[in-house]
Amino acid sequence: MKQSRVFLIVALAVAAVGFAIITTSGISKNLVYYWTPTDITHAGDKAYGATIRLGGQVAPGTVHMTNGGSGLEFDVTDRRTTVHVRSTGSPPQMFREGIGVVVEGTMIRGGYFQSDRLMVSHNNEYRAPKEGQKIDANDVIRTTKGLQ
Amino acid sequence: MTAALGRFLILASVLVSTCGAFVAFAAAKKQSIDGLRWARRFAYAFAGFMAIATFVMEYALIVHDFSVSYVAQVGSRSVPLWVTIVSLWSSLEGSILFWGFILGLYIAGSTWLTRNEGTDYVPYAIGTWLSCASFFGFLIAGPANPFLTVPAQPDGPGPNPLLQNHILMVAHPPFLYLGYVGMTIPFGFACAALLRGRLGHALLRPLRASLMLPWIFLTIAIMLGGWWAYEVLGWGGYWAWDPVENASLLPWLTATAALHSAIVLERRGVLKGWTVTLIQSSFLLTILGTFMTRSGVFNSVHSFTQSSIGPTILVFLAAATIFSIVLLALRIDSLEAEGRIEGAATREGMFLVNNLLFVLLTFTVLIGTVFPLIVEAVNGKQMSVGRPYFDSMVVPIGAVLLFLIGIGPALPWGRTSRRQMVRSLIPPFATGVIAAIAGYAFGVRNNWTLLTLGFGGYAAHVTLVQLWKGGSKSLTRGRRRFGSYIVHGGAVIVLVAIAVSSTMKTQHETLLSRGESAQIGAYAITFLGSEDRTEPNRQSTIARFAVTKDGKPVATMEPRMNQYVRMREPIGTPDVHSTIAGDLYLSLQNLDVANGRVAVLMIFTPMVGWIWFAVLMMGLGGVIALIPQRAVTKTETAESRVSAPALERA
Repeated sequence: MKQSRVFLIVALAVAAVGFAIITTSGISKNLVYYWTPTDITHAGDKAYGATIRLGGQVAPGTVHMTNGGSGLEFDVTDRRTTVHVRSTGSPPQMFREGIGVVVEGTMIRGGYFQSDRLMVSHNNEYRAPKEGQKIDANDVIRTTKGLQ
Repeated sequence: MTAALGRFLILASVLVSTCGAFVAFAAAKKQSIDGLRWARRFAYAFAGFMAIATFVMEYALIVHDFSVSYVAQVGSRSVPLWVTIVSLWSSLEGSILFWGFILGLYIAGSTWLTRNEGTDYVPYAIGTWLSCASFFGFLIAGPANPFLTVPAQPDGPGPNPLLQNHILMVAHPPFLYLGYVGMTIPFGFACAALLRGRLGHALLRPLRASLMLPWIFLTIAIMLGGWWAYEVLGWGGYWAWDPVENASLLPWLTATAALHSAIVLERRGVLKGWTVTLIQSSFLLTILGTFMTRSGVFNSVHSFTQSSIGPTILVFLAAATIFSIVLLALRIDSLEAEGRIEGAATREGMFLVNNLLFVLLTFTVLIGTVFPLIVEAVNGKQMSVGRPYFDSMVVPIGAVLLFLIGIGPALPWGRTSRRQMVRSLIPPFATGVIAAIAGYAFGVRNNWTLLTLGFGGYAAHVTLVQLWKGGSKSLTRGRRRFGSYIVHGGAVIVLVAIAVSSTMKTQHETLLSRGESAQIGAYAITFLGSEDRTEPNRQSTIARFAVTKDGKPVATMEPRMNQYVRMREPIGTPDVHSTIAGDLYLSLQNLDVANGRVAVLMIFTPMVGWIWFAVLMMGLGGVIALIPQRAVTKTETAESRVSAPALERA
C-alpha cells in the first residue's frame, strides 16, 4: 500500500513535469508579439519569422493598391520609425490614410512587413477622431486586441 | 431620486447578506434551528432587495432617467425598446447589478428547496452563499455603483454598438451569468461538506443538482457566444481562443469533470475530496473569469488598477482561493473514502481518465490565457499566445475525450472479465471504421478529422445502444442516465462538427462590380447592387447578392455595413445561408457605392450549424437528467441503497 502510494506520487510528478515541458515549448513557439515600428527595428533579427502584431498609423500618402485591388501596400508609422507593409486581401471599409491599424504577419528579409491580416483600430469609447490626432501605437494595439 | 432609492436598496442588501452570513455560521456551530430560520429570512431578504434594485434600474432605463449614472452611460432615446431593456447587461456596472439579481434568485431558490432540511449542512451552505452575496453587494455599492447621481443630460450615447448589432446578444449574457453565478450554489454545498466534515447521500443530491443547473446554462452560453461571434464579427469563425472566450470555457471544464467524478462518488463512495476540489475550482474560475473580462486587465496589466473594480474582484478571488485551500487542507481527511477503485479497465477507471483529461485541458487553457498577463506584469512586454498553441494542445485531448465517450459507458462497473470487455468494445469499432471511411469518401483528408470521425462513430454507436437500452424505462427509472447519454450524443456531434467545420472550410475573397458573379464550391453569387436603409439608431448599406447552387437559385443574401450613431467606424454584419450540409457565409470587406464595387469574403463551412443544435441537445439532456424523479417507487429506493451501501453509513 505504501509502495503504491510512492509510485503514484512519482508517476504524477513525472506526468506534471512532462506536461509543463510540453506547454512551455508550445507557448514559446506560438507567441504573438505586440510591437510598434520602433520595437521592430530594435528587435533586429528576431523580427524575421516571428508572428508580430504591428500597430501604428497608416502614413499619409503611402497607400496604393496592387494586383487590381486585391493587394495593398502602405507604411505604418509611430512618428519615429516607419515600416513598409505589404498586405494581401481587400482592406476593411474604414481603412484610410492616417487611421490606426494593426497588421499581423512577419518581417521579410526584403525589408518589408508581410501581413495576412489587417485590422482597423476599434475604439469602443466613441471618441470622435480629432484632426491630426496623434496615434499612440500601443494604444492602437490595445484597442484592437480581442476583436477579430 | 431613483438613484438614491437604488443606493438604499443596495446598502440594505449588503446589510442583510452580511448579517445573514454571521447568523448562518453561528446557527451551524450551535446547530440552532431558530438561527437557521433567521438565516433563511436574511437570504430571502437579500434576494428581494436585489430584485427590487434591478427593477428600479430597468425602470430608470426605460423612462430614460439620465440622472442615474448608469443610464447616462448606456441609455439613449434613439435605440429601440428591446435594446434599452437589455442595456442592463451591456456595460460593467449594470452587469454586476444583474449578477447580484441572479445571485439573489439562486440563493432564494436553493434556500427554498432545502427548507425541509435540518441544521446538518444547510446553515453552512447558506453562510457561504451569503458571504459571496455580501461581497457582490459591496462591489455594487462601492466600486461598481450604477446608481450614482449625475447631472441629468437630455440624451445618452446608447450601449456598445457591437451589442446592438445582433439579437443573440440579448440571450448570451443572461445565460452566461446564470452559468457563472450558479456555481456559487454548489460551492456553498462543497464548503458545507468540508465544514461539516461529511459528504453523504443527503448532501450529494443537492450538490449534483445545483452543479447541473449552472452547467446547462454555461454550456448554452458558450455556444451562444460562439454563434454570436460567427454571426456578427465577420471573419467566419466562432472561436478564437480569446481570453473572454477562454474565461467562459474554464469553469465549464472543471464543472464537467466534477459532474463525472460525482457519479463515481455516488457509486463507489470514493473521490470525495477530489469532487469537492473540482467544484471549488469551478467557482474560483468563474471569479477569475469575471476578473479577466471585467477589469480590463487584458487591455493592460498596468492600467487595470485605474478602476477599483478589478482590484476588488482580485482581492475577493484571493480570499476565496485561500479560504478554499485552507478548508481543503484542514478538512479533506474527514471525507473518508468508503470504497475503492477496482482497476483501470473498469468504468470507474475511465471516469478517472476523463477527470485527468479535463484537468489537463483546464491547465492548458488557463496557462495559455494568463501567460501574457504574467509576462506583461514582469517585464512590461505585450504579447499573446497564438491560436496554434491552443489548437495543438486541445485537439489531441479532445480526440481522446471523444474516444472515452465511447469506451467508458461500454465498460461495466467493477472488475471485468476479458471476454466481457471484448464483447462490449469490438462491435462499435466497426461503426467507427465506417464513419471514417465515409468521411474519406466525402473528401476528408486531415488525419485528425478522420480520427475524430472514427472515434465519433465509435462513441455514437455506444451512446445509441445505451439510449436504446435506457429508452424504454427512461420515464420512470434511470432518467438521469438517459439524460446523460443525450448529453453524450450532443457532445459527439459537437466534436465531429468542430473537426469537420474547422478543417474542411473553403474561403475566397473577391472583388465584384454590379452584375458580376463569383463561384465557391457548388455556389455562385451575383452582385445585384446596394441600397441604403435608415433606422433610428443606425444607417445601413446593404449589398444584395443572388445565390445559386448548381445553377438553381436558392437565396438572396444581404450582408451589410451598419453605421451607428456616435460610432466612427461602420460594423459589418455578414449574412449566412444555412443548410444541413453547411453554411455559405458572405462578409463585406468594403463597399464602394459610387462605383458599384464590392469586396466580399465568401466562406463555405460544412456542418457548422450542427454545433449550435448539438449544444442545445446537450442542454436538453442536462434538463432531462435534472428533472426530479417524482415517481420514485419503493423498489427503486431499495435498489439505489443496494448499489451504494457504503454511502448510507456516511
